Amino acid sequence: MNQPIIQIKDLCKSYPSKKGAAVALEHINLDIYPGEIFGIIGMSGAGKSTLVRCINFLEKPTSGTVIFDGQDLSKLSSKELCKARQSMGMIFQQFNLLMQRTALQNICFPMEIAGIKKEEALKRARELLKLVDMENKEDSYPSQLSGGQKQRVAIARALATNPKVLLCDEATSALDPKTTRAILNLLKDISKRLGITVIIITHEMAVIEEVCQKVAIIDNHVIAETGTVAEVFSRPKQDATKRLVYPEDRKLPDFNAARCFRLIFDGTSAMEPVISNMIMDCKTPVNILAADTRVMEGQTFGQMIIQIPEQTSQINLERILVYLDNKHVQAEEVSGCLNLKS
Amino acid sequence: MFEPEIINMITENFGVSIYMVVVSTLFSYLLGLPLGVILVVTAPGGLKPMPFFNQVLGVIVNLLRSVPFLILLFVIMPFTQFVTGSSFGANATIVPLVVSAAPFVARLIESSFKEIDFGVIEAAQSMGASNWQIITKVMLPESKPSLLVGSAIAATTILGYSAMAGVVGGGGLGDIAIRYGFYRYQNDLMYVCVILLVIITQIIQEAGLRIANKTDKRLH
Repeated sequence: MNQPIIQIKDLCKSYPSKKGAAVALEHINLDIYPGEIFGIIGMSGAGKSTLVRCINFLEKPTSGTVIFDGQDLSKLSSKELCKARQSMGMIFQQFNLLMQRTALQNICFPMEIAGIKKEEALKRARELLKLVDMENKEDSYPSQLSGGQKQRVAIARALATNPKVLLCDEATSALDPKTTRAILNLLKDISKRLGITVIIITHEMAVIEEVCQKVAIIDNHVIAETGTVAEVFSRPKQDATKRLVYPEDRKLPDFNAARCFRLIFDGTSAMEPVISNMIMDCKTPVNILAADTRVMEGQTFGQMIIQIPEQTSQINLERILVYLDNKHVQAEEVSGCLNLKS
Repeated sequence: MFEPEIINMITENFGVSIYMVVVSTLFSYLLGLPLGVILVVTAPGGLKPMPFFNQVLGVIVNLLRSVPFLILLFVIMPFTQFVTGSSFGANATIVPLVVSAAPFVARLIESSFKEIDFGVIEAAQSMGASNWQIITKVMLPESKPSLLVGSAIAATTILGYSAMAGVVGGGGLGDIAIRYGFYRYQNDLMYVCVILLVIITQIIQEAGLRIANKTDKRLH
């Protein structure tokens, strides 16, 4: 169990171009364990799509390698590589279904490639359609399906050969928020039910928060930070992470008020009504000016800006600060132009 | 309007024209289809890039395509004689027709294949499909409607070329139009043949489009 299913070892990828080599990835090291839902997030152009294609060797790394389930992919012949890829399903932003085949035939396709008997393939394809909640659409062609339905068929297709890993390349980026949530829940459910490892490539924070346990932040061709989602997002260490967690457009309006404090929640005081208890304990009303918090794995993370009335005595003020300190909420005084960027 | 023997001649040569087009189109595809596949597969960014080979093949294809059909007809006459044992008549016309149409067909097939979204090919690769499986299970079936439209274009072009072969007594409607109509000033006979050629072209083109649309699952 504690052997990684995928080990990316010192992987570099560059593309030859007229002005020397264009670097896409530099010295990537990642361990992904069985059953995990692992997110890889980065801005566009960071190299994340190249990285996911290096995992199944659709792109051959310039140096370094990938160990998948004990086999070094760089040492396999092209025939063996095809065989190994049958243990890795992949889904795409644009679904990439065969347009001239029905949903059922699309799901049979990888089984045809793997040489599975037709009756057996059909039986399995029908089971998979049921798994992705598309039983009544088996004879529909992709052009008759909505984006979310196409992605469901694509997921069923990716699962057809019983892969150990499912690679998702921006799988929800072409879908609306509601459909995105439904697809993510399906992925979560599949991972839990089938014990399959899911690797999700995305540029959206919300996707990572919704389903991933672990995350790697890729910025400028390198892994900037990696760890559990709660760890990485609550205490972003690198600028790249901070930009993702608190993007520029989340900047809050200016406050020109005195006695403003920034409270930082880092998950230690989760479901407790900290602020209202503080108000009652310290007998001081406070004004919440802005808040930007999120819940990850049952813990609250984020920041809040409160204003304490001017007439509050110094003693009460100190009581508030001590109270917050006891609750492990960091407080710092801020004034003038405020935003929630740390 | 015409004497029975002339009507007989027209119907007979109508059949000859159809025969030439059908057989030439078949052989053109027999040669052109693999050639088109090789052009796409060996192109830079293709399944098995071989830039130098691809370029050489491309030049050969262009070369064959740029030789005017009438000149090609004469140039390869010894070869035609060798293959069919004759240098005139329908069978002898089929040889230069195939030589001239096969590279054209290869380019048609190349352009049909290039319409396929690369993502679909990538998806097949991610499933562990071999190049051969990608060609036979993805590229050919996915571009079927476009290939059908292409085959209608190829057949009508071949019909046009076959009419030119009338100059050397190739047989068919074009032959009558040139020999009787054009050289002997029998304008009425020429018009009849030309109109028949127009009708055949229309039918092939229209049928090709309709079948293509009917089989295209993207349109339903």
